[in-house]
Amino acid sequence: MTDGLHLTSTRRTVLKGLAGTGALAAAGFFPGYSNAQSAAPIRLGFQLHRTGIGASYGRWYERTATAALKRLNDGGGISGRPVEIVFEDDGTDPARGAEIFGKLATQSNCDLVFGALFSHVVIGTAPRAAELKVPYLVCSEGHHVASGKLNRWTLQPGITDVKSQVQAMAPWVSSTLGKKVTMIFPDFAFGYDHRDYFSAAMKAQGGEVIAQIAVPPTESSFTRYFPQIPAETEVLYHVMVGPAVLTFVKELGEFYGSGGHPQLFGFIDSLEAVDFASPGLEFLAGSHFWEAMPRYRQADATPAETAYRAAVGVDDNGAATGDAKDVSTYSHMFSVWETLSVIKAGMEASGYAGPADRAKFVEALEAMTGFAEGEDHPQGAKTFNGKTHQAFGIQNISKVEGGRLNVVHKTSIEDGMYPDEADYTTQPL
Amino acid sequence: MRGGGLLPVAGLLGVLAAGQWLLPAYHHANLVRIMVLALYATGYNIAFGYTGLLSLGHALFFAAGLYGASFAATLAGLPPGAALAAGTAAGGLAAAAVGVLALRTAGVAFMIVTLMFAQAGWLAILALGPWTRGDEGIVLPDAARALAGFDLSDDAVRYPLALALFAAGLLACLWLVRSRAGRVMVAMRENEERARMLGYDPFRVKLAALAISGTYAGAAGAAYALMFGYAGASLASVQYSILPLLWVLVGGAGTVAGPFVGCLLMFYLIDYASSLTSATLLLVGLALLVLVLFAPRGILGTLREKGVRWLP
Repeated sequence: MTDGLHLTSTRRTVLKGLAGTGALAAAGFFPGYSNAQSAAPIRLGFQLHRTGIGASYGRWYERTATAALKRLNDGGGISGRPVEIVFEDDGTDPARGAEIFGKLATQSNCDLVFGALFSHVVIGTAPRAAELKVPYLVCSEGHHVASGKLNRWTLQPGITDVKSQVQAMAPWVSSTLGKKVTMIFPDFAFGYDHRDYFSAAMKAQGGEVIAQIAVPPTESSFTRYFPQIPAETEVLYHVMVGPAVLTFVKELGEFYGSGGHPQLFGFIDSLEAVDFASPGLEFLAGSHFWEAMPRYRQADATPAETAYRAAVGVDDNGAATGDAKDVSTYSHMFSVWETLSVIKAGMEASGYAGPADRAKFVEALEAMTGFAEGEDHPQGAKTFNGKTHQAFGIQNISKVEGGRLNVVHKTSIEDGMYPDEADYTTQPL
Repeated sequence: MRGGGLLPVAGLLGVLAAGQWLLPAYHHANLVRIMVLALYATGYNIAFGYTGLLSLGHALFFAAGLYGASFAATLAGLPPGAALAAGTAAGGLAAAAVGVLALRTAGVAFMIVTLMFAQAGWLAILALGPWTRGDEGIVLPDAARALAGFDLSDDAVRYPLALALFAAGLLACLWLVRSRAGRVMVAMRENEERARMLGYDPFRVKLAALAISGTYAGAAGAAYALMFGYAGASLASVQYSILPLLWVLVGGAGTVAGPFVGCLLMFYLIDYASSLTSATLLLVGLALLVLVLFAPRGILGTLREKGVRWLP
């Protein structure tokens, strides 16, 4: 009874608050709304997949952002100003993504927002970025930025998009593994990007995609899809995301058993945050994976990559230092680190002093043409296209040998380039 | 009694109108979403709270409005006003079509049948990837978001439009439930057989209530697409069938303003809980448990029961 009355009182308080927000502001319900001063910290909002389907990525994105922030502040911050990151969980949901973008921009007074990975969150949020005229730097891989479907305030300077990745890979797959390919991919837009762009890229190489098997996103068992793989398949191309990835790969192994199988070529997305030593994955020995950044430390690892690996707390096997079971999302999380480097470069190049300079910041990024390999960009050098707002980098093809992944081929940046599909610079800021 | 409720509803709308000038930017934007979603919940309340139809398929009607407006604007090139009308009509038609079949069942079977229709709709959206882009969704171009010269991407424009839509829906609901037809709907909820004995056709009454409810959902879905510039499959998932049920239960089923109160409370409960912990749903679940234990008829329903009879 008492609790019921308490609830009533709370509701009345909120209703009163809607009539006069001054009282609530005095009670501390709303934070202050003063603009950042020139000596004040720069506040960066981070749209984090802390919960939902992207949680395994979100955990590592948060760690990477925290490590990159420490390095940034240890090095003097941005233009001599300290930097803060405000994390907000978007639940890997597009509607919530747009809501927390507004929260970061208008309540937490962030200068910009970055960090989103999943395509539907990025696409659902991008209109809000344009409405508020707040830069939105995504770490998403999707082709949606370069395709021109978003807006001038949305940029992807830290990671190569799927179209470029698969285009760069197709020549090696065609010449090394085989020309008749069957694709298994998620039956949603991320999978369609793989389906459409890899099929086109294989065709350009004289190869052929002979079957396309789309698996619904709700699927938790995959056994019934494997008999659809044509017998003449030379290469089985697989990419899967979400909580069921381990089940997918295990059931694929059970399907082929100890018998022969086509050459397997997978996107590491199928096994991001999954331990290669997991029981049931032995059949992957000899198969190949795309990696943006090698999970297992390679003999020719650069000093920058070694420093980055240590900074984000990842051991030589791609797991958290001190916890071999906590496997990283190494082929994606570098984009957070590199995006923060681009933010620093862009703010310093534009003379960024506060929110009034957001447009100048976007223009400064658009004027950039590339980033050199080094501690700011440990994954490798990149070309940046200011018109399409998209970065292009090298890709790795790794082979499973001795329970680890060894890089057997590196593409060039040029392998992944394609004609511009958009020019965001023609849009008003 | 028949004219009751207008004053409190007018008071609520007046408070919301004042929010246009008083609320800070973040809460101002939140209220736009809340009013659009409360329109959806108000319609759900007509079917569930007043007519006793426990549907788990309303995501289909919301999605019909969402995609009806989006496709009308992008594929057919209709102006936003016409797209809003098309989405609203799509929601109503979808509800009527589902109702013709689903209302042959009742109770748990009705829940399951409506849920299946909504799931089929969600899977259809995923399957129609070339047009819908599935889960990834589509972004509406700026031209599709300019209503009679007003830019719907502008918060200052969106707020009064959302308020106007919500006010129209709320006042129409108040009129409906106070009308003779509204009392017949309540009669269906309370004792369908007795209502039948008195000469009313339960199928027709319930079909009409479901179609009206779907029209609300369609209007909310269409407004969502045009105001926020995005349509994606996640907005057609089962979550969007359960949410209006929760909002109505929290605010008070069978109360006119309850859906808004429930929507407002749930929105800020999730918003606040997510800033405290990653176990957001655990906190929300605990709060709902407390509410069910101490206010089983929802907030407004319990208050009214305890003597605050003027609540609408």
